[in-house]
Amino acid sequence: MAQSEQEILEGLAEIVNEETGLDTESVQSEKSFTDDLDIDSLSMMTIVVNAEEKFGVRIPDDEVKNLKTVGDAVSFISKNQA
Amino acid sequence: MTAERRVVVTGLGATTPVGGNVPDTWDAILAGRSGAKTMPYEWVEKYDLPVKFAATLETPADQVLTKVEVRRMDPSAQYALIAAREAWADAGSPEGDPERLAACIGTGIGGVWTLLSQWDNLKEKGPRRVFPLAVPMLMPNASSAAVSLELGARAGAHTPVSACASGLEAMGYAYEMIRSGRADIAVAGGTEGAVHALPIAGFAAMQALSTRNDEPERASRPYDTGRDGFVLGEGAAVMVLEEYEAAKARGAKIYAEIGGVGMSADSHHIAAPEPEGAGASRAMVEAVQRAGLQAKDIVHVNAHATSTPVGDVAESNAIRRAFGDDADGMPVSATKSMTGHLLGAAGALEGVLTVLALHHRTAPATINLDDFDPAIKLDVVHGEARKLPQGDIAALNNSFGFGGHNVAVVFTSV
Repeated sequence: MAQSEQEILEGLAEIVNEETGLDTESVQSEKSFTDDLDIDSLSMMTIVVNAEEKFGVRIPDDEVKNLKTVGDAVSFISKNQA
Repeated sequence: MTAERRVVVTGLGATTPVGGNVPDTWDAILAGRSGAKTMPYEWVEKYDLPVKFAATLETPADQVLTKVEVRRMDPSAQYALIAAREAWADAGSPEGDPERLAACIGTGIGGVWTLLSQWDNLKEKGPRRVFPLAVPMLMPNASSAAVSLELGARAGAHTPVSACASGLEAMGYAYEMIRSGRADIAVAGGTEGAVHALPIAGFAAMQALSTRNDEPERASRPYDTGRDGFVLGEGAAVMVLEEYEAAKARGAKIYAEIGGVGMSADSHHIAAPEPEGAGASRAMVEAVQRAGLQAKDIVHVNAHATSTPVGDVAESNAIRRAFGDDADGMPVSATKSMTGHLLGAAGALEGVLTVLALHHRTAPATINLDDFDPAIKLDVVHGEARKLPQGDIAALNNSFGFGGHNVAVVFTSV
């Protein structure tokens, strides 16, 4: 069953917290993964793979570079969820 | 021609099977407490391992580090970082040029936990589930890199790998860096996090491990006739080494000086020690000579003494060969009787314990020595710790590794 964008945001925030130690509250839609959250490409791949598992979606490697902000990731997951 | 640069020990750090830091470890050693315990891991029964105990850390790393640090580092690097932080703080976090600060952390095996858990991920879940940090976590230099990153060490980050001699070789390497002028301060030691089913099965297949499963704390018994192999340990130990004049100028606490380092290779067998101890004795003699000392100046030896039937005798022969009758005046401690064998961290930990023995003028007692093996021709301290003399004294630390690596270091009081 598809989740709401708010649920996806909360789930993604937990994944980011697990990987980087950042507070879940700091993971907001408009935040850039690299510029605001200081997430490097290796951590980003871990977050992507964990998100795939958590939300039951496939995020192709080519797509990852388009996910600039947390909101981009939430929209992509929301659109592609079964 | 400038005067020869001297190298002193100004900070100590460790996380070991008997203590989460140096003071607790030293207290446990003086109390004669063993760090060996039955392993709680499900894989012990799952694989029906012939050895069901190990000397695991007294204070688990996840009680000390953040969740993210634990996720992003192999246990071996976690332990190194814990020990390095303690040593650095103990040295008073000396300020200086980062380009004159080095990190030298040896390891025997490196990131074996990461290697094997990621191999499991690959087989069970596919390549996409392999952690992106798998390679930088499993590489053996991850620990020296982690310490270099933590402290901003830019003179060099080095990783001597010589099996169970790695930790002491790293200290010797750091000593040479400071003496030769490549660095003014070095954070040096060894680490190992290999209490995992595969290394245990491998060492057990070599018949190298004790199988005294019903009495783990009595299993590591160097020099006792009932010894049947070593007890696998884990942890890390680190020293801050510093050029003497600079250390004195900043008012650093000085524990001891590294008088000399000796190294050699057996070129005899990939795992067995050369039984007459020719290579090991050369390393010991070299260390004493480079310290400008004579055999009779050595008042204490922290032996490699792993509790294997063959190795303990070979080292005894080597000490006799090196020092002849002067060996009678060298009280020998085998602290692996308590800590177990920390592989690539063993020499570093025993280096720290040798420094503490000088500093406190106390040679710790070897435990579990109930029936002294007559093949051992050494004055082994057991029963109770022995006081060391006042005045200028020197102690020798030996460390040997599979592959025929021999390292000996002479520490002197300052």
